[in-house]
Amino acid sequence: MNFKELEQRATNIRINIIKALHSAGSGHPGGSLSAADILSVLFFHEMKLDPENPKMDDRDIFILSKGHAAPVLYSALAEKGFFPAEELLTLRKINSNIQGHPDMRKVRGVEMSTGSLGQGFSAAGGAAMARKMDKKDSRVYVLLGDGELQEGLVWEAAMSAGHYKLDNMVAFVDWNGLQIDGNNDDVMTVKPIDQKFASFGWNVLMIDGHSLPEIIDALNQARACKGKPTLIIARTIKGKGVSFMEGSAGWHGKAPNEEEAKRAVEELGGVWA
Amino acid sequence: MTVKMATRQAYGEVLVELGHELENLVVMDADLSKSTMTAEFGKVFPERFINMGIAEQNLYGAATGMAISGKVVCASTFAMFATGRAFEIVRNSIGYTRANVKICATHAGITVGEDGASHQTFEDMALMRTIPGMTVVNPCDCVSAKKLIRQAVAMDGPVYVRLGRAPVPNFYQEDDDIQLGKGKCIREGKDLTVIATGIMVSEAMMAAEKLQEEGLDVRVVDINTIKPIDRDIIVKAAKETGRIVTAEEHSVIGGLGSAVAEVVVREWPVAMEMVGQLDTFGESGKPDQLKEKYGMDAEAVIRACRKIMDR
Repeated sequence: MNFKELEQRATNIRINIIKALHSAGSGHPGGSLSAADILSVLFFHEMKLDPENPKMDDRDIFILSKGHAAPVLYSALAEKGFFPAEELLTLRKINSNIQGHPDMRKVRGVEMSTGSLGQGFSAAGGAAMARKMDKKDSRVYVLLGDGELQEGLVWEAAMSAGHYKLDNMVAFVDWNGLQIDGNNDDVMTVKPIDQKFASFGWNVLMIDGHSLPEIIDALNQARACKGKPTLIIARTIKGKGVSFMEGSAGWHGKAPNEEEAKRAVEELGGVWA
Repeated sequence: MTVKMATRQAYGEVLVELGHELENLVVMDADLSKSTMTAEFGKVFPERFINMGIAEQNLYGAATGMAISGKVVCASTFAMFATGRAFEIVRNSIGYTRANVKICATHAGITVGEDGASHQTFEDMALMRTIPGMTVVNPCDCVSAKKLIRQAVAMDGPVYVRLGRAPVPNFYQEDDDIQLGKGKCIREGKDLTVIATGIMVSEAMMAAEKLQEEGLDVRVVDINTIKPIDRDIIVKAAKETGRIVTAEEHSVIGGLGSAVAEVVVREWPVAMEMVGQLDTFGESGKPDQLKEKYGMDAEAVIRACRKIMDR
């Protein structure tokens, strides 16, 4: 395992998140940065995919159910080579393919259009069922936000994934504890996430979502688990990697200005140009 | 017009035929498979039938996941829940991605009958019609239902197919040419045109025959596809007969009447009347009693035709 490379990929993803969001002038930095390490592991270690052949038959798929974290998905796809990184700077701009929320019809590598919470998770369940039906060696990965767990559809989808024993499906919860109006615990308690999913028939793992070895280890455990879908609850820090964004609900849906973006990129060891 | 069978029954039968023909056809339901008639497919092709339980939002979300994995999906529940409860999933997951999902919804309209207002939807076509790229189909009998469902499954992209609970007369013959997106003039006439859809087609025909006795020569057009609507047949009716009555088992707000009016006002404005549910909820009762009480039967069409002739 080359942790150095995965770390560097995560950092590159973070730098591009900041640059894209600054260029856009709006968007969601906090929940994009918190998921960068997970996407680095998925796209550069775990998943079977080929940017040269994005529709490869037995590829694994990733669905960003928390679609507002689009910058982390776009940055990971660009880093992987699905499209040129310069395109990231067109995020949220008129006539761009890089929409505010991911559009599978516009961007290579985006497997499902998301943005309305809960729907990516529900689609992931259907995609996992289709793969089981076809006895395909292909896995489905999906990332949810913690606030997203407040959507009723999430629990319908959790119930059916448990019922149909979708062990080819892995869901991450990016548990940064914050949502637009504040702490999850104040807005609408989602805890205990582990017990809820376990009672719905899921294999539940709890990890540090910024520890690459823990993410990798959890994914290995998920692969080994038969007869149950796996939920990986990843404790994360909203805004991770940028000191002044870390742990701040205020950076859920606000783009950095030029000075803030420059500072963030430099903190991450990147070059602001 | 003697054989009576519900369009949902035709759906169940054609699904099994299609199951034999198409390996990638998947049928999904939400605990209503004995009512929507998908159960038979489930018996014949258990490995390609998925019951999602009483969870319509997840039914359509998961159907989208199937579709992005290369499946053609027919996903069924009652029209009320498919289009109402699951609307935003249908809009954002199925519509926005142009997923190959056929929303085959049964128990539409007043002929749900005894279940009453909570299950009688008059909004479904209006809702589905506003989703970009959504095709909206409403067959009038079982012969056309089978043909239209086949065409819906053969095309790529989302389709809403509106099916009924109550038996309807079999109107068409097996060798009749039924095309999705094409209206059909089923009775010539020069004084006015009744443009009807679904169960109102046979009511319109009965009305036309009675009105003939009064000396009124009524054209009847079956619109099996509300969207994209057959503009040509509507404009032709407007030009040639000068008056149009629409008839649907749906709210007069947003359904066939609105769709026809949208064409008429732009292309060839003529007087119009609309027969349908008049901005009110339904209630329990037998389908025929309800059709009469809420003005969606041949008599209601006759009243509208007389009214438009007096205008």
